[in-house]
Amino acid sequence: MALKPAEVEKIAHLARLAIDPVDVDQYARNLSDILAFVEQLEAVDAADVTPMAHPLEATQRLRPDVVTETDQRTHFQAGAPAVEAGLYLVPRVIE
Amino acid sequence: MHTKTLAELARGLRDRAFSSEELTRHYLERIKRHDGQLNSFITLCEDSALARAREADIQLASGKPGPLAGIPFAHKDIFCTDGVRTSCGSRMLDNFIAPYNATVTERLQQAGAVMLGKTNMDEFAMGSSNETSYYGPVNNPWNPDTVPGGSSGGSAAAVAARLAPASTGTDTGGSIRQPAALCGITGLKPTYGRVSRYGMIAFASSLDQAGPMAASAEDAALMLQAMAGFDPRDSTCVDRPVEDYSAGLNNDIRGLRIGLPKEYFGEGLDPAVAKVVEAAIAELKQLGAEPVEISLPNAGLAVPTYYVVAPAECSSNLSRFDGVRFGYRCDNPRDLEDLYKRSRGEGFGPEVKRRIMIGTYALSAGYYDAYYLKAQQARHLIADDFKAAFEKVDVIAGPTAPNTAFRLGEKVDDPVTMYLSDVFTIAVNLAGLPGMSVPAGFVEELPVGLQLIGNYFEEDRLLNVAHRYQQVTDWHTRIPKGFE
Amino acid sequence: MQWEAVIGLEIHAQLATKSKIFSGASTAYGAAPNTQACAVDLGLPGVLPVLNEEAVRMAASFGLATHATVAPRSVFARKNYFYPDLPKGYQISQYELPIVHTGYLDIELEDGETRRIGITRAHLEEDAGKSLHEGFHGVTGIDLNRAGTPLLEIVSEPDLRSAKEAVAYMKKLHSLVRYLEICDGNMQEGSFRCDANVSIRRRGEHRFGTRAEIKNINSFRFVERAINFEIERQIEVLESGGAVVQETRLYDAGKDETRSMRTKEEANDYRYFPDPDLLPVELDAAFIEAVRKTLPELPDAKKSRFMEQYGLSAYDAGVLTASREMADYYEAVVEASKVEGKLAANWVMGELSAALNRDGIEVEDSPIDARAFAGLLQRIGDNTISGKIAKTVFEAMWAGEGDADAVIEAKGLKQITDTGAIEQMIREVIEANPQQVEQYRSGKDKLFGFFVGQVMKASKGKANPAEVNKLLKQLLDE
Repeated sequence: MALKPAEVEKIAHLARLAIDPVDVDQYARNLSDILAFVEQLEAVDAADVTPMAHPLEATQRLRPDVVTETDQRTHFQAGAPAVEAGLYLVPRVIE
Repeated sequence: MHTKTLAELARGLRDRAFSSEELTRHYLERIKRHDGQLNSFITLCEDSALARAREADIQLASGKPGPLAGIPFAHKDIFCTDGVRTSCGSRMLDNFIAPYNATVTERLQQAGAVMLGKTNMDEFAMGSSNETSYYGPVNNPWNPDTVPGGSSGGSAAAVAARLAPASTGTDTGGSIRQPAALCGITGLKPTYGRVSRYGMIAFASSLDQAGPMAASAEDAALMLQAMAGFDPRDSTCVDRPVEDYSAGLNNDIRGLRIGLPKEYFGEGLDPAVAKVVEAAIAELKQLGAEPVEISLPNAGLAVPTYYVVAPAECSSNLSRFDGVRFGYRCDNPRDLEDLYKRSRGEGFGPEVKRRIMIGTYALSAGYYDAYYLKAQQARHLIADDFKAAFEKVDVIAGPTAPNTAFRLGEKVDDPVTMYLSDVFTIAVNLAGLPGMSVPAGFVEELPVGLQLIGNYFEEDRLLNVAHRYQQVTDWHTRIPKGFE
Repeated sequence: MQWEAVIGLEIHAQLATKSKIFSGASTAYGAAPNTQACAVDLGLPGVLPVLNEEAVRMAASFGLATHATVAPRSVFARKNYFYPDLPKGYQISQYELPIVHTGYLDIELEDGETRRIGITRAHLEEDAGKSLHEGFHGVTGIDLNRAGTPLLEIVSEPDLRSAKEAVAYMKKLHSLVRYLEICDGNMQEGSFRCDANVSIRRRGEHRFGTRAEIKNINSFRFVERAINFEIERQIEVLESGGAVVQETRLYDAGKDETRSMRTKEEANDYRYFPDPDLLPVELDAAFIEAVRKTLPELPDAKKSRFMEQYGLSAYDAGVLTASREMADYYEAVVEASKVEGKLAANWVMGELSAALNRDGIEVEDSPIDARAFAGLLQRIGDNTISGKIAKTVFEAMWAGEGDADAVIEAKGLKQITDTGAIEQMIREVIEANPQQVEQYRSGKDKLFGFFVGQVMKASKGKANPAEVNKLLKQLLDE
């Protein structure tokens, strides 16, 4: 599967990555190489194989419903890019 | 002091032959003297290390020291360390002072270990050469023109150059074993779920696993003992007792069946490396082990499977780096979308961006079945191969990497060739098995690693085989020139 | 008109757990911004989710209460999209294998007809934070206290055919989650929110029309209005030759209209995949049975019992069981007062409900508790006071003037049942109104009411009305 530059831009948008226009062709080439490589999987006959999402056949453990965390806002916000009145700030979101 | 094993250092501290402060100063001095050549550390924690060392000395004097009391170690910069920058090798987290400790950090601290600093690594652990780090590449102490492997390249180089007696690493597709092999040290990736992933910055959640990197199997056993164990904060961490890893190190390995997968000795393996590995296997045979030829018929699917599964998970795991709550934010964002795109575009390097894009693509509408689902199915086939093999053998052995350390820059523009550096290690992560790399010799003065793969939760057996091997060989005691 | 509406609802019910679905942070409402957002809720690098057992138990109880399958195995998946109130860049939800599926709820329509509404699925997921736009210039503030609060998203089949049905379904669901004590149902605080999928088609047509999704409607009244507006809008579009666009719309309560949310340039591609940080949730029969044992009596069962046990009409039983608190209050009143069920029902649904509504008070906060209310009904039952006087006593009790007996005593409202005293009053009334007596006796029967009124007035309302009637008849006919 060879990706066209427009497809690279679409994927980059979906992943919210700014790609310098001069680099788009290079990404298109690299990504196409990787996709061509992983397409070996197409040949695998696995129609009746259960997909394996986890290495261990374990099940989810459940946590008791207890409040264990305390307010650490000051600590957590110490390194935040932009904070005011305890809120994280971002450019205006329009709905 | 730096030529001593971790076990010897622990004994020395207990016997008060030297203090932890002296030992810590010694390693800090070595780092300052030598790391200019290697670039194996991103952050050095001189003050806190000395403070911890003095606390350890008090502990040691009180007679109730933790198992690693006063032992310095180097910590991969992927583990969160409260109050210390945790960069993950990325510009994205260059300014990130972690506000909490990873469970592994916590456990090592409780054992009394002294963190010297945070080691260099491929950005977000994505790489096999340590060249994707925002902090520059690491040089292999055996030859500065070559790479140390990756992603735990800084940890491997630091231990190889004896800038630390041991270090932590993480392994998603070979990131402990491959650099251990390329730097001539011992590294172990435990069974998935044996060590908590809490506070270890995620690359691919179903594959990531932390483990020890040290000079010898005996030292790795001591480190793993402190790192392993159940953690209620990690749903994928397994609640079962931890074996005593040191207790069985000297067990006899006579009669041990060692599987040699024919797929690991064929095409793609450097013949000179093959020779070294075969010699190591002959040595194990000398010790009474019985080599058995086996087959892992789907071994060839491992790398392509991995390069769907790992990018898919990483594309989602790395979405939290958005310039809002922590980490890098671009200057003067025009609007929200600009904030996201430029913060991520500028904060991540090219390899991370490539993997995010591959994963985004593989999960997107219309491609999910062909890529992600297919890869999950192939993953099952790969795991089943191992299951069948462990019906017949106790341990699997082969090369860790197909080549010795390659030259800096050699593969950096060719991602697929780079990915094949992990051709023998990746399947182990897909299956979730424990795997280990043990120094087995040299090709043109560059180290070669023997890989040992065990059945689930048989880290003790791997360590036992490796230790017995190290009793009759001295490869693990070799120190690169200039670092003696 | 030949159009038929097809409506399906997605209800988000916040589960009333103490801690969040994947972290140990508190879910309490109203804390200062980001003081209840722990490392996991903030999506700090390296953190991991661990599932709250209580959220699972609550979801299972909902499944059992709606005759649904509680899945023996369900899987959490990540829904990937970027938004500032979504800290990890993905929402942990359930996609292919939800914890509850294939259930139903019976609703009663105004004409008394019952309709069965299918519940496609109910899945567990985490709530997002909140974006605050006010008070900042050109920026938006993000509060992540709500992030990670457990939600049960309840998806109905497109079985609803009108806004009224949609509201009836939503109210029934609202009542159910409160019966189960899995959600506080507080719509103002966003604990119970609704998205409506609305489409129209020609009557007799089997295929569905293109639907619009109306997001985040937070009151029963708005749901009805938004759906009605949307149906009218779609009819207008189709009748003028246009086509309905599949899109997300917002209901603007101020303007009473729905409007399109800015169309995104790309369709959402959420890239769902199983969350590798969480393992499949497996619930065995023992777990499900244990949950079943904790289920309270549910609204439908309670309603049937009320009809049978207290001799109530379907309507009365329905009203009294609409909320668990009301039903509990009613039963406590009947038990304590030993009066007839119907009398108690009339009073609870009449005076009490009116007063609660008037003052905007919930029944559990009523200034007259069930025991005191029973005391009032007892005095009606034993003829101490008449129904009319009882209303006065009720008002005094509501105002906090004491229990029924104290009020009756203080105000001297005790009913006069002494026939001698009543007879005396009647004689005085007859004497004072000779003209009317004459007219009555010459056949103007209607004047009987006038005499009753005069006697009651003379007794200040305290004369026993039955006794008054009886004696008055005797004395007038003498």
